[in-house]
Amino acid sequence: MTVTTITDAQLAPKDYSSDQEVRWCPGCGDYAILKAVQKACAELGLVRERTVFVSGIGCAARFPYYMSTYGFHTVHGRAPAIATGIKLANPELDVWVMTGDGDGLSIGGNHMLHVLRRNVDLQIILFNNEIYGLTKGQYSPTSRRGTRSPSTPLGSIEYPVSACGFALGAGARFVARSVDTMQAHLVATLKRSHAHRGASFVEILQNCVVFNDAVFDHITGKEVAADAQILVEHGKPLLFGKNKEKALRLKPGKLELEIVPTDSDALIHDETNRPLAQLLAALEPPFPAAMGVLYCNPAASYEQEVYAQAGGSKGTGELDALLNSERTWEVTS
Amino acid sequence: MITSATAQGSGREIRDSVVIRFAGDSGDGMQVTGSQFTLETALAGSDFSTFPDFPAEIRAPAGTTFGVSAFQIHFGGTDVMTPGDAVDVLVAMNPAALTVDVHDLKVGGTVIVDTSAFNERNLGKAGYAKNPLEDDSLARYQVLKFDITKLTADAVKPHGLTSREAHLCRNMWALGLLLWMYGHERAATIEWLKRKFAKKPLIAAANIAALNAGHAFGETAEMPEHLVGYVVPKAVARPGRYRTVSGTEGLAWGLVAGLRAAGIEKMVFAGYPITPASALLHTLANLRAYGVVTFQAEDEIAASGAALGASYTGALGVTSSSGPGIALKTEMLGLAIATELPLVVIDSQRAGPSTGMPTKAEQSDLFQAVHGRNADSPLAVLAAATTSDCFDVAIEAVRLATKYMTPVIVLSDGYLAHAAEPWRIPREADLPKFPVSYRTDPEGFHPFLRNPETLARPWVKPGTPQLEHRIGGLERDYDSGHISYDPDNHARMTKARADKIAGIARDIPLQDVALGDDHGALAVVGWGSTFGPIHQAVKIARDEGRDVSHVHVRYLSPFPRNLGELLKRFDRVLVPEMNNGQLVKLLRAEYLVPAEPFGKVTGKPFRVTEIVQAIRKVMEKR
Ligand code: SF4
Repeated sequence: MTVTTITDAQLAPKDYSSDQEVRWCPGCGDYAILKAVQKACAELGLVRERTVFVSGIGCAARFPYYMSTYGFHTVHGRAPAIATGIKLANPELDVWVMTGDGDGLSIGGNHMLHVLRRNVDLQIILFNNEIYGLTKGQYSPTSRRGTRSPSTPLGSIEYPVSACGFALGAGARFVARSVDTMQAHLVATLKRSHAHRGASFVEILQNCVVFNDAVFDHITGKEVAADAQILVEHGKPLLFGKNKEKALRLKPGKLELEIVPTDSDALIHDETNRPLAQLLAALEPPFPAAMGVLYCNPAASYEQEVYAQAGGSKGTGELDALLNSERTWEVTS
Repeated sequence: MITSATAQGSGREIRDSVVIRFAGDSGDGMQVTGSQFTLETALAGSDFSTFPDFPAEIRAPAGTTFGVSAFQIHFGGTDVMTPGDAVDVLVAMNPAALTVDVHDLKVGGTVIVDTSAFNERNLGKAGYAKNPLEDDSLARYQVLKFDITKLTADAVKPHGLTSREAHLCRNMWALGLLLWMYGHERAATIEWLKRKFAKKPLIAAANIAALNAGHAFGETAEMPEHLVGYVVPKAVARPGRYRTVSGTEGLAWGLVAGLRAAGIEKMVFAGYPITPASALLHTLANLRAYGVVTFQAEDEIAASGAALGASYTGALGVTSSSGPGIALKTEMLGLAIATELPLVVIDSQRAGPSTGMPTKAEQSDLFQAVHGRNADSPLAVLAAATTSDCFDVAIEAVRLATKYMTPVIVLSDGYLAHAAEPWRIPREADLPKFPVSYRTDPEGFHPFLRNPETLARPWVKPGTPQLEHRIGGLERDYDSGHISYDPDNHARMTKARADKIAGIARDIPLQDVALGDDHGALAVVGWGSTFGPIHQAVKIARDEGRDVSHVHVRYLSPFPRNLGELLKRFDRVLVPEMNNGQLVKLLRAEYLVPAEPFGKVTGKPFRVTEIVQAIRKVMEKR
């Protein structure tokens, strides 16, 4: 007998959209991300009732309200913890964590560290706009040195954290980067992250038009993108430039990358190689910014192992037996 | 020892109840000795109450006063409700134990010491300039000096132990002697030793030999004239099957029982290591077969978050901590209140503020539980009175949390967590049932649609088709659940949240009087683990002819709906609590009654006599 289950395989991207009016600033990169996520959902045929979007606080955290799936808008920085509880209680749910640079790397930095280290099966999408948007423009943990903001009128003197570098350091087993405006690449990256069992971390460079406009232009600008980005793909040489005329390779005798002409021996991207991923994540001008899946090396996910282990636990599951375990005595009248 | 007479024929003296304290170095096995004595006491049919007092340091240097570990048991035939004010028999295995614990010994009480341990080195570490066994500093007590070290070594000699191993059997010798003194059996202890040292039969045999030697020492002519045997009558207990239960076990099993009573498949218990709450995490970590998933989170915040995430899926989310950790969970409690999800929070209170005295008990988180959040954030608060009450309170917390879709804080404390009592084991079939129902019907659904009776919103499991919805911390519209910043709507929602919690008062028992009349000259009002000493004190005061009643408040938010009216029927209200006056202020604020505080903040539980004196004092003042 065949069991017919209703799937949402035929749903279109718009079917993943809720009836709520989207309230991001006009021109905000978040719109493009919402579009890409809905497209990825449709292409993956995600079942709406089994999908949960969890967020913390910030502009990015409004995300769940705009999806027609289940959604939980929680408190600042804590979405990874809440999502962990959701997966522990019901591993069948497909859970996405939508976060930002302040939410995920500042107030929630500790939770981000541990959710990645534990490898809870979640898609963690970090919108990096290098600024606090919702609270009106303060510098964030990913803001570059010198960023002038209401709280740093003389320019920030802090060294920024690299989102992907942090994720790799925390032990994440899937780390990728994309850009809000690179729709096709973003959708493909989100789909890869969904295919990964365990915690997958995707950093999206997102433009905040109001408080940090054009902060990624040196990477994402049409004119410069070919030279300022390298799209990495597993098993393919690390090439970039308008005509793929430049390559990355290891500097002989050093653990560092160098730019060489393509005809010399380019490094082949191996997404299972964590040290290589670290090198790629850390690339800064004059090197191109690495985009795509920097690292992917799956292992059993946390909740999977929790339930695998449960089989070995003691006890019959009978409450009366539990209460009567160990020494008891009878009192007769 | 309350009375003294000689049991016919046995040559043993009769005692109504006895308080014994085993004290020694952390390495002397005093907790094990106490637990085994408790077991034999239980099997002998006495009622009992126990309390361990172990050092805060993990491995305190041997022989020092801060390395002293003690275990106190109060047992007898009549209601034994506390571990006892003053000690009748102190077993002091070294000078440090003597100097720390002798102050709690009654004048005329017995102290049993191991003379070998009173060497110059140990005396120095305990701060004795002179050996107290050789001057008259212990003249107020009966001092029984035995060379327990040597007697043990002699007893275990045939088993060929090293002298260090032989030394570790001293506690069993002392236990054997005490079991003889009170006419208890040794069989259960022998069985336990065989099980514990199943892989080391020599050690088992040596310990049993030491136990038997201690017992025989009492039995035979070797015994000095002060060493007398006693008989303690059996308690009159309700027929049934009994066991020993600690507060931690009571809570853990109560949560499991609540889970089943609610018909919920799974409990996610998330905690973070903190004294004295960790024991609950440890206990529940072994209950996987009972639907419990435990999670040791990266911090207190994440623990509460994971528990709330679990509740969001339709499982029972539970988190636990102690005062400073509960403070960190405050933000998540706000989210649980705003999103109206069930959450059980267990607070094992300890002495504060800040880190305070982690191993010492206090009842000073009442304000934090009832009011310690930003904004108008009501929730339900219950407190456990005794270790067996921990079981019932945990079940009740699950009932209220799931029925009213609210966080419920259960207040326990460091004393209850470790104390133990006999417990009449309930049968699951006799426990209450309160099955939850999850919303599955899409017709007319919105996430904040309220049950007209309880005002609770529907609980929906993600995974349910056509009920997809979004919830969060932002204020939401009363009629649709959508985000709303409308001023009148916020007022309406604030009131709805308050009314929902206030309405719980209709669903809990009326406040009763634990002892005495429902009106009169004085009501002594307590909550939490001070139940035992307050009850005993009121009993004593009533025996003195005083018009006093004991009112024990289990539901602290909301209060039972007749509480104010009940208190107004007394001329005076005295509120003993282990804090600087918290319930007293809540009662005054709520009911405008002239309640008077009686606080104790030493980190130690109340003594019965302290409360008796407070009752006398307040009744004499006119
Ligand atoms: S503040 Fe910036 S990030 Fe936030 S919605 Fe506006 S543009 Fe987007």
